[in-house]
Amino acid sequence: MKNDGVKIIKTTTWSPGPGCHGGCGILVHVKDDKVIKVEGDPDHPWNQGRLCSRCLSMTQYMYHKDRLTKPLKRVGERGQGKFEQISWDEAFDLIEKKMKQIRQDHGPESMIFHQGTGRDIGGWISMLAYAYGSPNWMFGLSGISCYTPRLMMMSITQGDFAVVDASQWHEKRYDDPVYEIPETVTIWGQNLPATCPDGFFGHWYVDLMKRGTQLMVIDPRCTWIASRAKLWLQLRPGTDAALALGFIHVMIKENLVNMAFIEKWTNAPFLVRTDTPEPILLRETDLAANGKSTNFVAHDPVSNEFIIWDSDDQTYSKKNITPSMDVAFTIPLTDGTRVPVKTVWRMYKENAEEYTPEKVSHITWVPKDKIIQGARMYAKSSPSALHWGLPIDTIPSTIPTSQAVNHLWCLSGNLDNPGGNAIARYAYDVVTYPYHSGGSILSLPPEVAEKRIGINDYGPIKDFRAWAQPDKVLEQIFTKKPYEIKGMWIQTANPLACTGMEPQKWHKAIKQLDFTVCVDLFMTPTAMLCDVILPAATFLEKDSLKAWWVPLQAIKKVVEVDECKSDIEINLELSKRFMADFPYDNTHDLFDSLLKSAGITYQELCDNTWMIPPKGHPSRPYYRHEKGLLRADGKPGFRTPSGKIELFSSWLEKWCLAPMPYHEEPPYSPVSTPDLFKDYPLILTTGRRMGPFFHSEHRQIPWLRAQQKEPVLEIHPDTAQKYGIEHGQKVCVENWLGKITVKALVTPVIHPDIVMAEHGWWFPEKEGAEPSLFGVWDVNVNQLIPMGHEGKGGLGSPIKTMLCKVYKAKG
Amino acid sequence: MSEYAMLIDYEYCSGCKTCEIACNQEYKREAGKLGGVEVQEFIHFLQSGRLYITNIPHFTKACVFCAGRVKKGLKPACVQHCMANVLTFDTLENLKDKIPENRKALLWTKG
Repeated sequence: MKNDGVKIIKTTTWSPGPGCHGGCGILVHVKDDKVIKVEGDPDHPWNQGRLCSRCLSMTQYMYHKDRLTKPLKRVGERGQGKFEQISWDEAFDLIEKKMKQIRQDHGPESMIFHQGTGRDIGGWISMLAYAYGSPNWMFGLSGISCYTPRLMMMSITQGDFAVVDASQWHEKRYDDPVYEIPETVTIWGQNLPATCPDGFFGHWYVDLMKRGTQLMVIDPRCTWIASRAKLWLQLRPGTDAALALGFIHVMIKENLVNMAFIEKWTNAPFLVRTDTPEPILLRETDLAANGKSTNFVAHDPVSNEFIIWDSDDQTYSKKNITPSMDVAFTIPLTDGTRVPVKTVWRMYKENAEEYTPEKVSHITWVPKDKIIQGARMYAKSSPSALHWGLPIDTIPSTIPTSQAVNHLWCLSGNLDNPGGNAIARYAYDVVTYPYHSGGSILSLPPEVAEKRIGINDYGPIKDFRAWAQPDKVLEQIFTKKPYEIKGMWIQTANPLACTGMEPQKWHKAIKQLDFTVCVDLFMTPTAMLCDVILPAATFLEKDSLKAWWVPLQAIKKVVEVDECKSDIEINLELSKRFMADFPYDNTHDLFDSLLKSAGITYQELCDNTWMIPPKGHPSRPYYRHEKGLLRADGKPGFRTPSGKIELFSSWLEKWCLAPMPYHEEPPYSPVSTPDLFKDYPLILTTGRRMGPFFHSEHRQIPWLRAQQKEPVLEIHPDTAQKYGIEHGQKVCVENWLGKITVKALVTPVIHPDIVMAEHGWWFPEKEGAEPSLFGVWDVNVNQLIPMGHEGKGGLGSPIKTMLCKVYKAKG
Repeated sequence: MSEYAMLIDYEYCSGCKTCEIACNQEYKREAGKLGGVEVQEFIHFLQSGRLYITNIPHFTKACVFCAGRVKKGLKPACVQHCMANVLTFDTLENLKDKIPENRKALLWTKG
């Protein structure tokens, strides 16, 4: 406490408030139980004193006149905007009664627990869903197209997630002697300074540039960071897999791959049967009746014998061998028949052989020379790091696309090395948000878990992440098959303005349910439709913790604002009401239990505010595959079925998906729908980040809104001229699904054949009641993007690869 | 205070406009009214035909070089929070050694 009555408290950012994925250390200035200022903490290694616009606007956010501060109950028709204030007791009683009735009459699975982008919610909303007994915890974005596809692909390819090592595991950051500045960072589809990447701080790349890192940027737009790159590749949206395969082609052809790493750590030497309709990995069971189907087969060139890779022992059946890499044979099976086999590596090379720079240039629009130059720049740099963004998820072919890009750091050996792509685990293995199935606070009995929507449709949905598949959920709300959906709990989500594609359908779906609850901080188009609205606390009004990925951090309740409660408190109170033997009495009990793997209590974490795992801890790099720190059995290798990086994926094979990467055209494109392209001759892409706003949030914050008043469409000057459009004019963006009217931003940063529309817009200052719903229908670009086009594994959707026409708006 | 100046290493300014909001918070400014700093964006085609984007934080009439903060030993609000660390506030004498050698920069003096 200083003598001016101002207390300064150290804490950590995480949504709600700035909206982002958090991690910044801050100093909160409090006077008379009110936050008067928020500053960056200069002693925090993550942001080193810096802080973004949204966090610096926290005082305007917390004390905004339109902030929801009391529970509300709908009294008019749905969407009419008539609510009355009720007490928390009344709200909890009402929700308990209604949801227990639904559970009793229709089963717990008929209630959907709907979240938005993954921030400080996954742990607590899954807890509530499971305490209630529903397996239908869902993120509503079509094809779960936000990081989940990339996480899934990394998980099955290399057993763990990886992110660029920008020295975030070191307290001294760039100056730590063990750290190496990347020679090159490849930024694939992200405008880093304007964004808040998952578990990352965008401006770390500016820090690295100043320290000598050169950049390659792959983006249809020339962002500021693209304009500063040594090489900028302007690709056609949705062709990322082809470009990555083009890189792989050049790397193999020019011998720029790390063969020692590939031979030792990947499944490249394993043999694949080619007699089957689709190639499949040869198993020990194919050669010996008593063999194991989890063991694989390779070839020893010295003895010319076939050898077994034992996935449990993590050894070949013969010691000190260097397996053959580039061979093909016929091999006798147990029944005596001989079948053709070849190594994964030969098959991989043949697959990449197709993607010549000429062919890739034709697909991607990137000039051939630049493809070759890019491949060389990535592969010849050491260390070389690759940062990828959302466009890798927002295409139906996200699985082969994520796989192809992931392979770049596997083929070049830039995995868990200083300044490369480091394996990212939850700090101290503390899981507050399960990014794959398992790790959640409660679990469900198998007979309930089996009712999760989408589980029987898609392998990755079944085996990787515990979410229901959102496209299938929406479909089921209307078809009512195999069971009826009766209610929805919506928390940290605004599907009408943001996460919902074809939001008209979500609007209809939500309105027809028997009971809906929305937990939010402001009234939104989605909240307008709900029966009960609960006012949530910002991160400065709640206790929580964060371990994504590093450091392990405390979020501390600094003040209270009216009757707002944290998402965690709300969900814990209801969990107790829904589950008789719910194991936690209060949030601190719950946090202490989550912190067991760190060996500390929540109070101790608060005393430290942030903690970086010590050297040698499995949640801290480097080279953990060599040290036996990744696998549960302590053996060197990776957490995959074979223990190798699976360039030929046994998981994809199991799910009947192509086991190696390939290019697939977006469902709507000049190539796949040329007739449609005649009527809608521009590629519509969306989702680029806006500095002052996080997705659909912050439009009511005066300082932030002053930086951008209304949504824009980026259009190239040549294209604008062609259609008689001038800068600043209102234009209609239209396709066969819908139409919006926004302002033209005529700029050369966008490709002439592509337009970029902003997402997440609505107008808090406009009429909230139907039909207006805060003007969302005038500007929400998601009306031009379909639901139900998820990719083959239930992941990915064509959010950034649609078609449209643009014309001057009347009047 | 007249000996203090602001060095702007603008080649690394990403255009995030955090400085504008840091200033608004520090002085509780009304939204939409002139703040102490405004970032200007320039989109140029270089002689080679390459697109090049430059952002320049422009210090306005409203900037007071955060005299109150500086007196307390703090950095000006915009300097501390600049996401790209492109602002350096110091005495003219000290700034002489901090001028980057291999790129253009701006020196803003109070006069």
